[in-house]
Amino acid sequence: MTSCSKQIVHSMHEYLDGDIQEEKKQELKFHIETCADCKQHFTELEKTIALVQSASHIEAPAGFTSRVMALLPREGKKVGIERWFRHHPFLTAAALFLILMSGGFASLFTQEDEHFAFTKNSELKVENETVIVPAGAIIEEDIVVKNGDIRIEGSVDGNVTVINGERYMASAGNVTGEIEEIDQLFGRIWYEMKSLFR
Amino acid sequence: MDLIVQRRIKQVIKGDQNAFGEIVELYKDKVYQICFRMLWDRYEAEDAAQETFLKAFLNIHTYNQDKKFSTWLYRIATNLCIDKIRKKKPDYHLDAEIAGTDGLNMYAHLASGDQLPEDEVESLEVQASIHEAILLLPDKYRAVIVLKYIEELPLQEIADILELPLGTVKTRVHRGREALRKHLRHL
Repeated sequence: MTSCSKQIVHSMHEYLDGDIQEEKKQELKFHIETCADCKQHFTELEKTIALVQSASHIEAPAGFTSRVMALLPREGKKVGIERWFRHHPFLTAAALFLILMSGGFASLFTQEDEHFAFTKNSELKVENETVIVPAGAIIEEDIVVKNGDIRIEGSVDGNVTVINGERYMASAGNVTGEIEEIDQLFGRIWYEMKSLFR
Repeated sequence: MDLIVQRRIKQVIKGDQNAFGEIVELYKDKVYQICFRMLWDRYEAEDAAQETFLKAFLNIHTYNQDKKFSTWLYRIATNLCIDKIRKKKPDYHLDAEIAGTDGLNMYAHLASGDQLPEDEVESLEVQASIHEAILLLPDKYRAVIVLKYIEELPLQEIADILELPLGTVKTRVHRGREALRKHLRHL
């Protein structure tokens, strides 16, 4: 072995690394077949590699991940909430819907709840939060009354909508369109939503 | 797999620890194995592996996402282990290079066979002998041998992990193999 050039041993390693030139490979092959020492050296190297590779592969001990996680600094609340949203997309959507809707209701109720409002028309009369369509009058438009009543003595050529109120029809009264009374919560929401898309 | 890892890393950067848990699950065996083969002690190996992941978590923002995550992670693990090996034997180590001799260390001064008495070798199981041989390697050779033959990584990746030129890695693999051969050829 000592009599052989270091170059041969170097070639062995190049061969084992899989980056040997073809020419050197042939040279090495030839040399190994003729030199017993180098052949033994080479065989020992190959055996060594096989032995090292045979070292049983081991796995991390049980509970490793949870022990690592316990070492980490506490995460911020914000992240926990964000992750919850990410993992529960449906609930997130539902929650978002409810938040937006309730915001909408709140604004509806606060802005318009106590206010008596109605469609402005010069022929309409008002008495104590009651809109009166006077007898003989003909109103050619839709009438909307919020938080008040309507008494129809004349005729309305259109729809009448009463929100949070009541409608009284005199026997002479006449409405050509639809009459709608909305005083239940969900009916009212539906009405508001429809009006949003109009 | 790389895509999943990259996505999880982005979540970790945002501070999501559960995403990091998934990364630990993916790499724990590889990292633990590197540590175990380097340190040769189950408790120390677990300590080192845990420390590796903790360091990775705390320094995740320094990881360059254009590069392989495993390379970065294994670098933390090998550096940690090499540190621990050096701390364990601060006074005297075969690996200590003799001043003025490039790459020549105390190891080279020992005749082959001196490292292990003959009867001791015979009394050990084959597996134990292999481990022993790896353990006897100086840390810088041990790192390349573990990465090459236990983790079965390509040389270029080992060079990236250890931040060494490819040529240096090759030299260390060659020397590591020769050192192992001396221990294992009589097996």
